[in-house]
Amino acid sequence: MLQWMVWTLPTAAFFTAIAVMLFGMTLWQLWVPTIERKGFLPIVTTRGDRLFIGLLCAAYLHLAVVGFTDISIWFALGASAVWMAILMRWG
Amino acid sequence: MNKVENNKAWFLVLPMLLLVAFSAIIPLMTVVNYSVQDILGSSAYFVGTEWFKDILNDSQLQQALIRQFIFSFTILAIEVPLGIGVALMMPKKGWRASLILILVTLPLLVPWNVVGTIWLIFTRTDIGLAGVGLRELGYAYNITRNDGDAWVTIVLMDVWHWTPLVALLCYSGLQAIPQAYYQAARIDRASRWAIFRYIQLPKLSNVLVIGVLLRFMHSFMIYAEPFVLTGGGPGSSTTFLSQTLTTMAIGQQDLGPSAAFSIIYFLIILAVCYCFYVAILNMGRDKNTSQPR
Repeated sequence: MLQWMVWTLPTAAFFTAIAVMLFGMTLWQLWVPTIERKGFLPIVTTRGDRLFIGLLCAAYLHLAVVGFTDISIWFALGASAVWMAILMRWG
Repeated sequence: MNKVENNKAWFLVLPMLLLVAFSAIIPLMTVVNYSVQDILGSSAYFVGTEWFKDILNDSQLQQALIRQFIFSFTILAIEVPLGIGVALMMPKKGWRASLILILVTLPLLVPWNVVGTIWLIFTRTDIGLAGVGLRELGYAYNITRNDGDAWVTIVLMDVWHWTPLVALLCYSGLQAIPQAYYQAARIDRASRWAIFRYIQLPKLSNVLVIGVLLRFMHSFMIYAEPFVLTGGGPGSSTTFLSQTLTTMAIGQQDLGPSAAFSIIYFLIILAVCYCFYVAILNMGRDKNTSQPR
């Protein structure tokens, strides 16, 4: 299974997580449609906008941690998760 | 009226989704897979984030990135105002409008590598018009020796090739402004500048979003034109990101590092385009909300 497209466990987990997130957001949207609102971000955002911004921030944070520090990548993952939660709730 | 909700229509999007999956999503996934492995022939070894660390600390790539940003923002700063200016000066109707439209559009129809070749001949110091002309004027013009000459020539080439796109977009935006706005401006005795600032520019913001986004993406991925014209030289003074990437992926067959590089490249384009998109969208939104008052 993992031989196809030279999958590795981390990359498979990564894409599964993304797919689960998108699926979850779709269900959430069907259940409770999103309302555009303005939080601490300077722009009006929907739930999907905040998820996108959070994922983009997470990508850059991971790159910064991997490229320019010796901190463990798990720390970056944890920090991203916390940031994502803050962004989704108050962003 | 009863509105029937039929969510089965979503299934009609499926073929498109499949197509996009095969043309974009699956290749992107493969790139992610490659970026964490060392590919040697048919065997692959998991190396984790090593390639990302290497790529981010590679001074050659950092310089290519800086050059790329300078190039992209230079051509945007020239092409967008110039395109708006050209669009404002183009005749609105009649045979002259059609003629000018064709003339302005011509550079857009030339393929990238041909543009490079045209400018290569144009700038040759033995037979090229620009090369010989500048030599005759007493300037020792040489794009294979002088960094500055190469830069100016590549920027000029891009401006020549792509300003028409901005101009065409703005022209169509200008054509869509109803005459009533101009009549109101005439009644108010608005100056030419006021008409531009408060009627034409706000109405152009939507086409400008598309123009700026397209120009940024295009220029950030520019490959064929500088490759043909200067080959990235002199030295590596005009080697932009895509050329560095191609050398790495195809020239040296370093699939892992070039995959990591591609992902970083993609993330930069994504972030910058999103910022542009949000900024310009919100510019329009602020104006819309303040207009009724």
